[in-house]
Amino acid sequence: MTPLKDIQKEQHCFHCGDVVVKANYEVDGHDFCCLGCKSVYQVLNQHKLTHYYKYNTHPGISVRKDKSQYFYLEDEGIANSLLDYKDDHIAVVTFYVPTIHCSSCIWLLEKLHKLHRGITNTRADFLRKEVRITFCHDIIKLKQLVELLTEIGYAPIITLKDTSSKRKKKDSNRLVRKIAVAGFCFGNSMMISFPEYFGLGTFERNYAQLFGVVNLLFTLPIMLYSGQDYFVSSIKSIRQGRLNLDIPLTLGIIVLFLRSVWEILTGSGAGFSDTLCGLLFFLLIGRWVQQKTYHHLSFERDYRSYFPVAVTKIDAGEEKTVALSALQVGDRILIRNNEIIPADAILLKGAACIDFSFVTGESNPVDKILGEIIYAGGKQTEQAIELEVVKPVSQSYLTSLWNDQKNKKGQVSFQSFSNKISRYFTPILLLIAFISLFFWFYIGEPGRAWSAFTAVLIIGCPCALALSSPFTLSAVLSVFDRNGLFMKDTLAIEKMAGIDTLVFDKTGTISTLHQEELPFKGSLPATEASMVFSVCRNSNHPLSRKIVQSLQGTCEMLPISSYAEIPGKGIRAIIKNKEVLIGSYSFVVGTDEQFYKGPGTYVRIGGHVRGVFSMEQKWRDGLESLIKVLSSSYELHLLSGDVDRDSSVLSSIFPQRDYLNFNQLPADKLHYISGLQQNGKKVAMIGDGLNDAGALKCADLGLAVSDDVNNFSPACDAIMSGTSFSKFCRFLGFSKKAMHIIYWSFAISLLYNIVGMYFATQGNLSPLLAAILMPLSTITIISFTSLTTRLYARKYTL
Amino acid sequence: MSAIFFLIACSVFIALFFLGAFFWANKNGQHDDTYTPAIRILFEDDVIFDGQENEKGVDESELNK
Repeated sequence: MTPLKDIQKEQHCFHCGDVVVKANYEVDGHDFCCLGCKSVYQVLNQHKLTHYYKYNTHPGISVRKDKSQYFYLEDEGIANSLLDYKDDHIAVVTFYVPTIHCSSCIWLLEKLHKLHRGITNTRADFLRKEVRITFCHDIIKLKQLVELLTEIGYAPIITLKDTSSKRKKKDSNRLVRKIAVAGFCFGNSMMISFPEYFGLGTFERNYAQLFGVVNLLFTLPIMLYSGQDYFVSSIKSIRQGRLNLDIPLTLGIIVLFLRSVWEILTGSGAGFSDTLCGLLFFLLIGRWVQQKTYHHLSFERDYRSYFPVAVTKIDAGEEKTVALSALQVGDRILIRNNEIIPADAILLKGAACIDFSFVTGESNPVDKILGEIIYAGGKQTEQAIELEVVKPVSQSYLTSLWNDQKNKKGQVSFQSFSNKISRYFTPILLLIAFISLFFWFYIGEPGRAWSAFTAVLIIGCPCALALSSPFTLSAVLSVFDRNGLFMKDTLAIEKMAGIDTLVFDKTGTISTLHQEELPFKGSLPATEASMVFSVCRNSNHPLSRKIVQSLQGTCEMLPISSYAEIPGKGIRAIIKNKEVLIGSYSFVVGTDEQFYKGPGTYVRIGGHVRGVFSMEQKWRDGLESLIKVLSSSYELHLLSGDVDRDSSVLSSIFPQRDYLNFNQLPADKLHYISGLQQNGKKVAMIGDGLNDAGALKCADLGLAVSDDVNNFSPACDAIMSGTSFSKFCRFLGFSKKAMHIIYWSFAISLLYNIVGMYFATQGNLSPLLAAILMPLSTITIISFTSLTTRLYARKYTL
Repeated sequence: MSAIFFLIACSVFIALFFLGAFFWANKNGQHDDTYTPAIRILFEDDVIFDGQENEKGVDESELNK
């Protein structure tokens, strides 16, 4: 924490709220941290959109994205594949914009039409972080539109996935409509049944038949429309030879319906129409609660989300943009600074310095020489290079690993608790039903026998049981969500509770690259620090700004006689007749000197390498205490793609030295996990990045840690925000407690079933008793689960 | 007592009407985004910039030609 007086001294950017380092960006009395923020303000001011700053203080996002990355949108085919709709004038497009974070964002995005007359309408969806833009494509091209968004700080993320398959809109609406119909029938049939509940007078008895028939009519939509899912699911599970919880439910529904039809048509009773309607209404609500996930994150990202949409192809000396899908073996491609290599390729031209942190986890960039094969997923960190594609995108090293794993998954499917229970539940229920049937036949009361048989199946209908899991787990889901752990679905929580082995990845998982200060390794006297400070103040590069921030306060400005910034390399300047070089290893240190090589910004003054502003990763907050707590109840492993330079530090943190593994390739990680699983372990993989993707999929629970939750997260069961890492232990404990809640609510619902069974086996189940018992048990379960979940959440301070 | 037939028919009809209205709203996408409208309603109408609104109106009519 910065002391209070420092905060008062610091100036904050009017646009983004960052600390203002250089004071030379000022407009209308507002300070800005950089040219980007200033120009956004000017654009908004020019279009009279400064209301943007009224709804929130510092609502903006510092603009650091390069507009040129959208060059591929010039290609008509690619641009069209992104559109939702297009006619002669109008086109509609939906973008995923992760930077949407406050009400000002919505306000500005929905006022886009004031920035450009080609835009007719914008709609922002805050939770999904999407904007839907209607524009006239003859006035503004898609590329211009995207550039406009980027310019004001709302750069959309466009991935290959958007172009190859249109996102399917999940039809949760269907279920909502089914609930609406069930609710309609439930309410009306309750109303019709009231006279029956209060007892019919002799006069009203004339209408009993009418009420019965109307009630029966209300059950028809329930059976034909709302209840469909249960019938389908039961038939499916019988075919697969498994007994799921839907079978006793379906049995109950069918028996309720048939008995009601029989009673009403023969005039022997009032039937159970209201119970049937209510049962389905509650069951469907439970189903809806279970389905309701927090869809602001995508868990289904595969390799395509990481790769660019298009690449620059060099065809007979000409640069051409091609879609990634059109890329063929033998094509010559151009990869610029910070672009990802989309397919395995051979280096033809240029100095390649590839950052493979995505693929292998190794954080140091690797120099490649001409003719070497570079695997897909690497990121070029210096100037542009030319490559020849040797393998199609879909068969490259990383993507093939991914696809293999995809096929493997699904062999062993996870059995949820309620499915495990239902394996015993259904046979026992049928047993009781038949025993009472034969008992009453044996006694000699066949009428009572049938009545008891059906009543057992009705009462045994595990309605409350079916609701206990969804309500508990969805409450847990929302607690996790609040705390920065985002689960894919409710099943993932059950998986989490059963874990006994934890496997951690190193880079990006237990360590983080994002840090505030840059420690300097080497010696830098005060005068030379001032030189570095003065040089970096002239640069807008994010690293320069970080260096300026870390040196600020102790340094003075010195006059610079010569200054040149070389893109992708560094800065060359002359101060007091001394040459100052600041930049990458190859630029500053070169090949002649042996100097510690690691990620960071090197400094050379007057011909001598002074040291490096190290970008070494640091361990996440609370790692040591977390590992200590976890080691008492879990087996802990570490898999790192990195070399073992940190092994001494890590072995003091991790309890078992044998479980620390270094130099692990993505495939090794995958095999390590499946090896553990074969030994009967329930493994959770905690990783990040694409290099862990295979392992994340293979593990019983794949948990991705991400510093920027919206940006990069591979397909997994859960995504954890980096800041919540220290809570991990509590998350695990809470998930275990959630399972206890489910067991308890199961016991309670069983108690209700047993009480009902007492009446049912005697064959005297009155419609009124059924109508009371069923909703009562449901309400008990819902309130019990949600109350206890909240109680436990408070206990775990989540 | 034939009023009871009429009353039942009436109540069911009204309920059906609301069910239909719900279906319509649901199909219309009114339940797709239940969060943003709550923020949107708090924005003030910026009357000051009326001139620009008109400009945009002109653009639109040009497009329709």
